[in-house]
Amino acid sequence: MTLRDLLDKILRRQPASATTARERLQLVLAHDRSDLSPETLDQMRREIFEVVAKYVDIDLEEGDVSLETEDRVTALVANLPIRRSMAASSNE
Amino acid sequence: MRRTGRIDAIKVTRSNRDPVTNSRTILICSGKGGVGKTTLTANLGIALAGQGARTVVLDADFGLRNLDLLLGLENRIVYTAQEVLAETCRLDQALVKHKQEPNLALLPAGNPRMLEWLKPEDMQTIAGMLSERFDYVLIDCPAGIEDGFKNAVAAAKEAIVITTPEVSAVRDADRVIGLLNTHGVSPVQLVLNRVRPKMMANQDMLAVDDVTDILALPLLGLVLEDEQVIVSTNRGEPLTLNGSASPAAKAYGNIASRLQGEDIPLMDPAKERRGIRARVRRLMQTKIF
Repeated sequence: MTLRDLLDKILRRQPASATTARERLQLVLAHDRSDLSPETLDQMRREIFEVVAKYVDIDLEEGDVSLETEDRVTALVANLPIRRSMAASSNE
Repeated sequence: MRRTGRIDAIKVTRSNRDPVTNSRTILICSGKGGVGKTTLTANLGIALAGQGARTVVLDADFGLRNLDLLLGLENRIVYTAQEVLAETCRLDQALVKHKQEPNLALLPAGNPRMLEWLKPEDMQTIAGMLSERFDYVLIDCPAGIEDGFKNAVAAAKEAIVITTPEVSAVRDADRVIGLLNTHGVSPVQLVLNRVRPKMMANQDMLAVDDVTDILALPLLGLVLEDEQVIVSTNRGEPLTLNGSASPAAKAYGNIASRLQGEDIPLMDPAKERRGIRARVRRLMQTKIF
């Protein structure tokens, strides 16, 4: 919490909204530009997890597949922390 | 994520112009309604004409036409684009010349029923006829991304996207920019309208850089929120017509000059908050942290 956020709370002012606007826009535009609905994205996320989980032991809690946008180019970014590889575990 | 610096306004190059007639056909669009397309078209038209360029404004909003009203020409319309296309009148019969600014003409939108048969090729025909006679053809695009937009975009070579620093307007602008790219319209430049410096300073309005970063377009101009816009609309006299000193009039004039290739620095919203009354008001409302 920044000093301004704290003061906003004490003085019961509304927090500055421009940051919220920017973040909401970036998220909604990433979806608009890819033409993926949240449901489709969610299904794709589950399927990616399933495929990757066949080969490596991934941390589903920490894993994330999301859309990011920069300069009007949208990318699908998957961040899947690996606990350990399946090969290693089967050798034990 | 954030890119540093702004892309400078695009310089006029030969390729922007029609190779035969040396004319520029510019679509003015926004996606969302009510962000200032028609006001920009009217003011830019007057400003360009005032700088000596032969300019025509074409109302492509056949459903809800208003360009005639903002220019104060609503009582002088005899024929419209509809009669020109049907070849029941000549182009020069339909063009309405502005009295105080003879370099500017309006080609009025036809009957809303035109939408039933109008095709992109029809708009290309009209724009082609206009580009033979004028240096600038400004097309006032309808809101939305449906048939009206598709017809208008077919006639455009380049575009100005106008938006306000609000989430809905920026989102819709983004959709339109995507479609302009698909249709090969280039260059596409941005005008940010209804900027409120105080709200931006308080971080309660998207910053200029936020909008240009998100939309990734070069900024052609910034227009401050200005009550005089409403006054001028009431009168049917665009602000750029009478050399008004209001902030919006200045901004529209600068946009016209930049379009013509002049290098005019962009206004800084943070420096537009002067004057004793503004200072006192600001002091009362300042959030110091």
